[in-house]
Amino acid sequence: MDWQSFWLTIRLAVLVAAVLVVLGLPIAYWIAYSPRRWRFLVEAVVALPIVLPPTVLGFYVLVALGSRSPLGRWWQAFTGHTLAFTFEGLVIGSIIYSLPFAVQPFAASFKLVDPRLLAASATLGASRLQTFRRVILPLSLPGLVTGVALSFAHTMGEFGVVLMVGGNIPGITKTVSIDIYDKVQALDYAGANQTALVLLVISFAVLSLVYSVNRKVGAVWPWK
Amino acid sequence: MKTDETKIGRHADSGSRDALTIQVRKRFSDAGRDFTLEVGFALASGITIIFGASGAGKTTLLDCVAGLTRPDSGKIAVGDHVLFDHARETNLPAQTRRVGYVFQDLALFPHLTVEKNVEYGLANIDKDARRKKSDAILESFRISHLRERKPAEISGGERQRVALARALVTDPRILLLDEPMAALDAATKSKIIEDLRAWNAAHAIPILYVTHNREEVFALGDRVLVLENGRMIADGTPHGVMAAPRRESLAQLIGFENIFHAVVIAIHENRGTMRCRLADSDVELETPLVRADVGSTLLIGIRAGDILLATIQPAGLSARNIIPGRVLSVTQRDVIVVVRVNCGVEMEVHITLAARDSLQLGPGREVWLVVKTHSCHLMAAS
Repeated sequence: MDWQSFWLTIRLAVLVAAVLVVLGLPIAYWIAYSPRRWRFLVEAVVALPIVLPPTVLGFYVLVALGSRSPLGRWWQAFTGHTLAFTFEGLVIGSIIYSLPFAVQPFAASFKLVDPRLLAASATLGASRLQTFRRVILPLSLPGLVTGVALSFAHTMGEFGVVLMVGGNIPGITKTVSIDIYDKVQALDYAGANQTALVLLVISFAVLSLVYSVNRKVGAVWPWK
Repeated sequence: MKTDETKIGRHADSGSRDALTIQVRKRFSDAGRDFTLEVGFALASGITIIFGASGAGKTTLLDCVAGLTRPDSGKIAVGDHVLFDHARETNLPAQTRRVGYVFQDLALFPHLTVEKNVEYGLANIDKDARRKKSDAILESFRISHLRERKPAEISGGERQRVALARALVTDPRILLLDEPMAALDAATKSKIIEDLRAWNAAHAIPILYVTHNREEVFALGDRVLVLENGRMIADGTPHGVMAAPRRESLAQLIGFENIFHAVVIAIHENRGTMRCRLADSDVELETPLVRADVGSTLLIGIRAGDILLATIQPAGLSARNIIPGRVLSVTQRDVIVVVRVNCGVEMEVHITLAARDSLQLGPGREVWLVVKTHSCHLMAAS
């Protein structure tokens, strides 16, 4: 068992899930409540990573992070090295890759909140932000848990994007799924099996959490 | 703490003399339905009823006042405080209007306790003042004992009280009630109204109470505005408005085969009924209560299909009007049999072919007419 790549993967997944909460909540809020007619375009862009082959996504992220793109140049001027084939580059690629897995459950649960409750909150003097914090967030907790868990699990298991953006540098970009691939290439089936099993158990545990939360809200949360 | 309290106190005082003036126009056209709300009126403090059928534009009107819907044009103000003015492009957001709004479905926050619901609108004042105000309002609406409960764990009447307390604790300048008592029984309703009146005796703000229930109109209002298809078609006291000939009363009358002038001879307020004597006869009917004086003349309409015929004197019925009479004629009209009965006045009764055959009805036959109280429809005699 390659614990180095295991902890690297956990670190990546936790970081990505955390960033996606911060980034995903406002995007989901906008998707759920914006009256704009071109809202569907934003929804489509957010959902793209679900249907794009990871290699395509990874390719574009690699190009965008490379030293020829404005972002890549800016980062290089700022830090002295390129983003491609670094842990930071991996984080950026993973955020884009897992974005729909956070935003879609968030937005879906926001849309389920009774609009009359939001109206009531407004007439009671609450600002949009207060309404979000005091009414929308608590009432869409199952959706939040789902989004965080799914983006965590999805990042844990990603392969194509990591390979394209990060390569295979132990301790920096070598995640569990790449480690498994390596082991199989080296005909180390026992090692691959062990690592794959760990990934399987973690994914199963996360999904069980998601489904138990969504199925019986009352059992997990104190209100009905 | 001191400043918060004095600020709130001053608002409440200044609110007590402010009338609400509304002049709005709002057009919708969705799902093939073109609808325009166009009303203008002013309200002093006290309860004003907005009466109208569903779809008349009542909720839209309240949403315009609350700032949840933007009118196309017009002006809404409380005293000289402008909430909306199309000409000056003023449109205060709902958050700053200080309008209390009790929604039709109450919209209590399901994840918060009664106490947290009530304190929701007090987030901007400090903890001690908040506690003091919420304690006072929970007390005056008799829901202190429920403070730790969730909305799902209390009764409909209790939820109603929570919704009122939540809206009123913020010291609104006006209160909007959207069919708030629709789901409650009469006794619960009148107790809540008493508490609301008691609260408003001290605060004296304009209260707009929307309903489609005639009884609530008589029970509550000092003044009634009747809304129909987005227009205000009547404005006055419950008695004046509900008894006055309404625009559609002629159309309504067309549906009644039996129309009589009648004089009110007794009023049973506690039972919600009254007795009327049909003109030029000694036939008396028990009818639903409308606000009318003893001795006044009304029109009573009874549909021919709402009257039962019996050939022996019926007993043990809930129907309150059982009138003896004699059959004048029996004629078949398509699949309906029209029976004309003289019972002091002449009444038309519609029965089926099978009923005619089994009762063996014919001219001269002695019969009893059975009329339910609520089959007697009252209209103003013009």
